[in-house]
Parts: sequence; structure tokens; C-alpha cells
Amino acid sequence: MTGGPLPAEPYDVVVVGAGVVGSAIARELARYPLRTALVDAADDVGEGTSKANTAILHTGFDAVPGSLEARLVREGQRLLTRYAAEAGIPVEPLGALLVAWDEEQLAALPGLARKARENGYRDARPIGAAELRAREPHLGPGALGALDVPGEGVICPWTTVLAYATQAVRAGVDLLLGCEVRDVRPGHELVTTRGVLRARYLVNAAGLYADELDRLLGHRDFNVRPRRGQLIVFDAFARDLVRHILLPVPTALGKGVLVSPTVHGKVLLGPTAEDVDDRTATGSTAEGLAFLREKGRRIVPALLDEEVTAVYAGLRAATEEDDYRIACHPGQRYVTVGGIRSTGLTASMAIAAHVVDLLAGAGLEPGPARELPAVRMPNLGEAFPRPYADARAIAADPAYGEIVCFCERVTRGEIRDALASAVPPASPAGLRRRTRAGAGRCQGYYCGAAVRALFEEAR
Amino acid sequence: MTPVRTVDVLVVGAGPAGLGAAARLAALGAGTVEVLERERDLGAVRRWAVAARRAGAVLRTGVTVTGWAGPLTLDTTSPAGRERVAARAVVLATGARERPRAARLVPGTRPAGVLTGGELRRAVRRHRQDVGTRAVVVGTEPDAARRAVRTLRRAGVEVAALVTRERWRAPGALTGRLPVLDGTAVTGLLGRGRLSGVRVRRGDGREATLACDTVVFTGEWVPEHELARSGGVALAPGTRGPAVDGAFRTSVAGVFAVGALLHGGASTVGAVVRGRAVAAPVLAYLSGRAPWPGAGVPVVADAPLRWVVPNRLGAGGGRFLVRAARPLVRPVVVVSQDGVLLLRRRVWRALVPSRSLPLPAGWAARVDPGGGPVRVRVW
Ligand SMILES: Cc1cc2nc3c(=O)[nH]c(=O)nc-3n(C[C@H](O)[C@H](O)[C@H](O)COP(=O)(O)OP(=O)(O)OC[C@H]3O[C@@H](n4cnc5c(N)ncnc54)[C@H](O)[C@@H]3O)c2cc1C
Repeated sequence: MTGGPLPAEPYDVVVVGAGVVGSAIARELARYPLRTALVDAADDVGEGTSKANTAILHTGFDAVPGSLEARLVREGQRLLTRYAAEAGIPVEPLGALLVAWDEEQLAALPGLARKARENGYRDARPIGAAELRAREPHLGPGALGALDVPGEGVICPWTTVLAYATQAVRAGVDLLLGCEVRDVRPGHELVTTRGVLRARYLVNAAGLYADELDRLLGHRDFNVRPRRGQLIVFDAFARDLVRHILLPVPTALGKGVLVSPTVHGKVLLGPTAEDVDDRTATGSTAEGLAFLREKGRRIVPALLDEEVTAVYAGLRAATEEDDYRIACHPGQRYVTVGGIRSTGLTASMAIAAHVVDLLAGAGLEPGPARELPAVRMPNLGEAFPRPYADARAIAADPAYGEIVCFCERVTRGEIRDALASAVPPASPAGLRRRTRAGAGRCQGYYCGAAVRALFEEAR
Repeated sequence: MTPVRTVDVLVVGAGPAGLGAAARLAALGAGTVEVLERERDLGAVRRWAVAARRAGAVLRTGVTVTGWAGPLTLDTTSPAGRERVAARAVVLATGARERPRAARLVPGTRPAGVLTGGELRRAVRRHRQDVGTRAVVVGTEPDAARRAVRTLRRAGVEVAALVTRERWRAPGALTGRLPVLDGTAVTGLLGRGRLSGVRVRRGDGREATLACDTVVFTGEWVPEHELARSGGVALAPGTRGPAVDGAFRTSVAGVFAVGALLHGGASTVGAVVRGRAVAAPVLAYLSGRAPWPGAGVPVVADAPLRWVVPNRLGAGGGRFLVRAARPLVRPVVVVSQDGVLLLRRRVWRALVPSRSLPLPAGWAARVDPGGGPVRVRVW
């Protein structure tokens, strides 16, 4: 239900924000016989930070021990790994290597292994320069050793949000898009750009705007200070240069720049970490790109010889505190999910379970849980079979043999399916996140117009 | 097991070069000559397609070659299914594309309305799509820039400016007002949802914003080398296309490469002509008269030259083409091997990055086959 008038009767729960966090919460609520709405200002799900991150499925080995984030990341990784297998979300358990480039970094590795153990992660161990080189032959010169963290993996961030939202919608959640919450009147009357929406319980999963929504409800607990992360995606030909997620050793200045394969068969370089004032500053900068290229040249020199397929930037919803800001206000029947900074993709399912517990604690009686309708998302992962190479799929439906996007080998059948799906795209960019059409090295030189034509036709 | 169909020559890509090659091969009796093209619609090259078919070549469109199943054996996908085709010789003619915005590392936002010349052409000609109201064209190559300006104007779009890093003032015959900002770099894109403007920096350091809702990045051709690379074909460092000798032979036995794939943009007619030129070497190879050469002495271009083609020495005459990375005023081009001078030639005009300089190949006979690489440079 993306357009049309809003219903007059109140919802049991309204979740504001259809990013990965809000969508996970809506999906969790969908287990219960509740009337739930998932609301977003954008005209598609996952249009905020959730579409522009580094897509690592973290173990939480380097979290602040004892923090809420540490616990939810740890649990979230377990939950999402299992869910991904069921729902067809591509995951590659590549493992990470934290590469030490100087003596100081090398000396920090045992401490990081200890911290990992405090976080309940026991498989991290330092490895020497020779083993490192054998496992990453294209690494630049000068690496002294690494911390091996075999549990880290990469995931498709787009499919994750879509799987949650699709499953929620199939289970009866109303997805209200293009619906920006402008004000909240007493009794949870939400004044939105599409009219007034009533809720018994309210969940704020508004990402970069969580503090603003919080203020509308009278709270001044935290301020969001966006921290921009710019990233460069290198062409599929770079994929063979990198076998693991190559993490930097964290310093006082932040987590630093990584080089990582993506599940879409490419290689990411980034992110930067810049404090910005503007919550819409998702542009890239010349300085940011130059900085990343300089870092990348050191980590995997040959990477820079390959073509760049995309450049993007995401904003972390950082706050003044080094942890998530999840708070329940039982008297208000209201839960804030703020400060979900750089691990929210991984933690999303655990955050959702935690939030539903908080709602129950605030008096929501969810009723008996039931099985959610199973979803199986179209595969966007390069490591798994895709329709263009599946003779049986093509024989059953020749549209899967008609390749429209050549670089990414996306067929007309897949584009048609995405356009007709339960949560359809609102733009060619949304179609790209559902199919990879246009996400390749030519960036639309060959297929851009054809993909746009298919999109327009389906409107 | 997937059944394998066999042909004599498989040409991949029905652009001008592939069609020119197929027409000539079929006419010279190379046996079964088949051209595979992933696009369904041939667009502007239809008349070359007619010629190729008339000569006896089989042309199949909407068929994508997805990879190699073995030497000279390719896997394909089409609505008819997966198919494996083996050939006695393969001619790669997969063309080139214009480098898009991201790969040019142009910073800023990611709005709609950011195109390459190729996407613009397809959007306007094939799909009659709305491409905005006011456009900026970016490019260093006059031909490609001019084509984009024409396409935009035909679609009723006002062209606000042509921005080029080069020093040329006019892209050739175009009528109507067209501000050309030469010596100017694009430093960022503005706008959310839809493009609202382009930031530029002039040669003197002044910055400006050009209001527009469409920007078209033209030129900067990148060889479409996926199939070549995945087949283990060695690339030439300067072009990033397959390294070939004068007979279009790559490093892989039986695999030839022609056209824009070798070095990026080329004129249609030129590509057809050069595509045809591959026919004789292919026939010689098929007849067993010409065994596949070894690696051959590499020919490399030193900065400020960008590339030289062919880039391996072997049989096959013709000429060499040289391209500069930046404008050079009346340079002296020098060819040498291990310090031995092979050719020295003054160029009586400016060498610009958008045009190739032809060099005669007479010196090739004096190259020591056991020696080091041949270097082409400027004095
Ligand atoms: C550079 C970078 C790298 C990252 N890397 C990783 C990683 O590797 N692994 C990992 O697990 N996490 C990573 N993260 C973190 C992760 O992306 C975020 O934690 C997660 O996406 C946050 O999701 P969200 O749903 O809270 O926010 P968002 O995705 O921003 O969703 C919030 C939504 O709320 C909507 N909204 C806001 N205000 C209103 C309103 N008033 N009315 C209606 N709708 C509203 C917005 O439109 C938006 O869609 C990274 C983040 C960044 C920036």
C-alpha cells in the first residue's frame, strides 16, 4: 500500500523509517496479530543509510565490550546469517584480515584478539607476514602481519532490506511510502505529508532523523552528528585481487579504510569518516576520492588499474555516545531506536527482537506469534547461480535468456519480476538495487535506456 | 553434457568491425562464418549487417557470449537457451564504450540526468525518451562531443555548453550558438533526484556552476575487453585492449581482435575497413599456412604517448597508430629498440589526444626478434 489515502482507524504499531532497522522491526511485528504500519518519507524502502554502506556482516569482535551494540551485533550476525540462507540473501563468509602496516599496528593485534574474546568471539588469532602474503598475494609491500578474523563476511545490503519489507508486507503490514512524519500530536497522531496517521504504539527508526522525531515527542536525549563515508566500487575484474575483507587496524582516528569483495562480484574501497553538518550530504568529494585512492594504492596496488564502476557515500547516524541509543518510554508507548551507526545492517534482526521486547514491556500485548510466510528473494550474488546461466530457467521462461544489462548479466525476466514484486521499485535506481541492472562497469552506456524503458512501461 | 555446435569462424560483436570482418571472410570462402551480437536491435550498422548476410555470414542477434568453455569454445545465452559454440578461429570485435562519470571520478551527488554519449543516443533514437531540457556536454574528442550535441538538439534539448579539458575551441561543423569552455575541468555534479548543475574549473582557476538538468560524458573510450580478458588474452598496457600484431593476432592461438576493442573509438567506416583486413590473416591461419606466432617483441609507447597499435611485432604489414596522452606541438616521434634508432620523424602539426598518428612500418623488418621491447617516444 504505497499510495492512496491513509486509514482512519489507529494502527497498533507505527514504525517510522523503512531502512534496514525499521523494516526488520516491522517484520518482527508481523509475526503477531497486530495492525502494523511501516512508514517512510522516501518513495522506496532502504533509501537512507541502508542503501549506502560497506555491507560487512560483522562478528562484533571489535565492539566496545559490554555495550548494547556489542550484544546486538553478536546476536544479529547469528540471526541474519540463518535468515539469509532461508530468504536467499547472498552472503559470502570470506573472513577478515586486519592488516598491520607498521610496528605499532602489529603490537596492537594481541590486544584486539583479547578484546574479541571479551566480546565472546574466540576465533581471532594473529598471523605472520608469510602466511598473510600467501593468503593475499596482491597485498602491497610492507605488510607485517595480520589478525585473522574468520567469522566476518559480506552480505547484500539491498536484498536484506527488501527481504524484511517483502515478508512484512506479505504478512499484512501496511507499507506507507512517500509519507514523511512532520509532527506528532498527543495521542500519537502523526501528521504526515499524506495525512494523519494514528498509532497506539510508536517506534522511531528514523535513522539520521531519529533525534528530530524524538524531540517531537519531547525528548532531548541525543543529537545525530552525521559521519560521512565515501566509497569507491571497482569493476568485477578486481575481484580476483582480493580474497578476504582487508580491514585496517583501528586507531584513535577511527576504523580506517578497508578493501573488501562485495557479494555482487566487485571490490569496495572505503569508507572515509568525515563529520558533516548536513544530513543530506551524501555526495562524494575530490578530496575524499583522492584520499581513498592513496589508501587503496598502499593496500592492493593493482586495484587502481581497474575501472571504477561506482562512487557513493553514506551517512552514519553517529551521536555523542559510543553506543546505540535505544530507549523505551513506556508512559508514552514509544520506543526510540537511535544512533544505529556503523553496524546496523548486521544487528538489524537483533535490534528488532529487542524493540519488540521493549514494546511488550511498555504494555503492548502482541498476542500469539505465528510463522511468517516464507520469502525467497531473487539472487543478486555472484557466488550463487543466476538465471542467465540456468538452462532450465530459460527453457521454462525465455525472458530469463534475454540479457538486458550486459555487464551484470541481468535478464528481462528478472527485471519484469522485480517490477511486479510485492515491494516494487520507484525509480531505475530502485530497480538496480533489486536486480543489479545498471550496476556494472558501463553504468548504462549499453543498457541504461533499455532498462529505463522497461521501468517506464511497468508504471 | 552441453552439446557443442561447430562453425569455422565465430565473430563476437556485430559492430562495424565485426560485420566488416564477417562479410569479407564469408566472401573469401572461409566456410561457416557466424556473428553473435548481444543487442537485439542493430541500430545504425544495419546496412553493414545486410552486406554481411548477403556475403553468406550468419548473423544472430540477442545472443550474449558469456564466457569460454575451452579453447576457441564459447558459451552463449539467448532466449533460445544456453548454447556452446566451438570455432576454428574466433574474431573478437566487442567494441568500446565511453567512460562513465563514476570512472572519471567526478565527485558530487548521484542524480538522474547523468549520461554517456552512447546512452544518450540509445535513449533518443531507439526509445524516444525525455532527456531533459538543458544539457552540458563533456568531452575531449570532437567527434564524440559533436555527435552528442547533435543528438541533444534533435531531441529539442538546449545545449548550454561544451566543456573540454583540451584546448580546442570548436568541435567542427556545428551550426548555432554553442559556448565551448576549453581548458576546463568538471569538478562536481549538483542536485538531488534530478541534476541541477555542473561545477567547472577554468584553466585560470576560476570556478563556475552551469545550470542544467542533463550532462553527457563523451569520448574516453574504454575497450569492452571482458571476453578477451576472461579468455586469457594478454592486454596492451597503453590501450587496455588485446595486444595484437599487424595481423590482428592476440596472445591466444586462433583468437583475433579488431576494431574499437583494440584502442577505443574509431570511425564507423574506418572500423569496417580494418575489420575487413582481418580476413586474410584468418584465412591464412585456417589453411594452416600461417602457424600462430610466439609472444613477439612488444611495442610500447612511453609517456607522453598513451598507446601504439599494433603492440606486438609479427607478420602482417600495415602501419602503426600512435596516440598522445596530452597535446604535443610538432613533436619528433622516435622508434627504437635497445637503444638502436629505427625511425625518427618530425610531425608537422600538433598531436592531440583525440586523433591517432599513423606511422609507417618499414622499420619493423630491422627489429631484432630476440631483443628487448620496441619503444615509441617523443623528443
Ligand atoms: C559508510 C557506512 C558503512 C557502513 N558499513 C556497515 C557495515 O559494513 N555493516 C553493517 O552492519 N552496518 C554498516 N553501516 C551501518 C548501517 O548502514 C546502518 O546502521 C543502517 O543502515 C541504519 O539503518 P536505519 O534503518 O537505522 O537507517 P536508514 O537506512 O537511514 O533509515 C531511516 C529511514 O527513516 C526515514 N525517515 C527519517 N525521518 C523520517 C520521517 N520524519 N518520516 C518518515 N520517514 C523518515 C528515512 O527516509 C530513512 O529511509 C555502515 C554505514 C555507513 C554510513
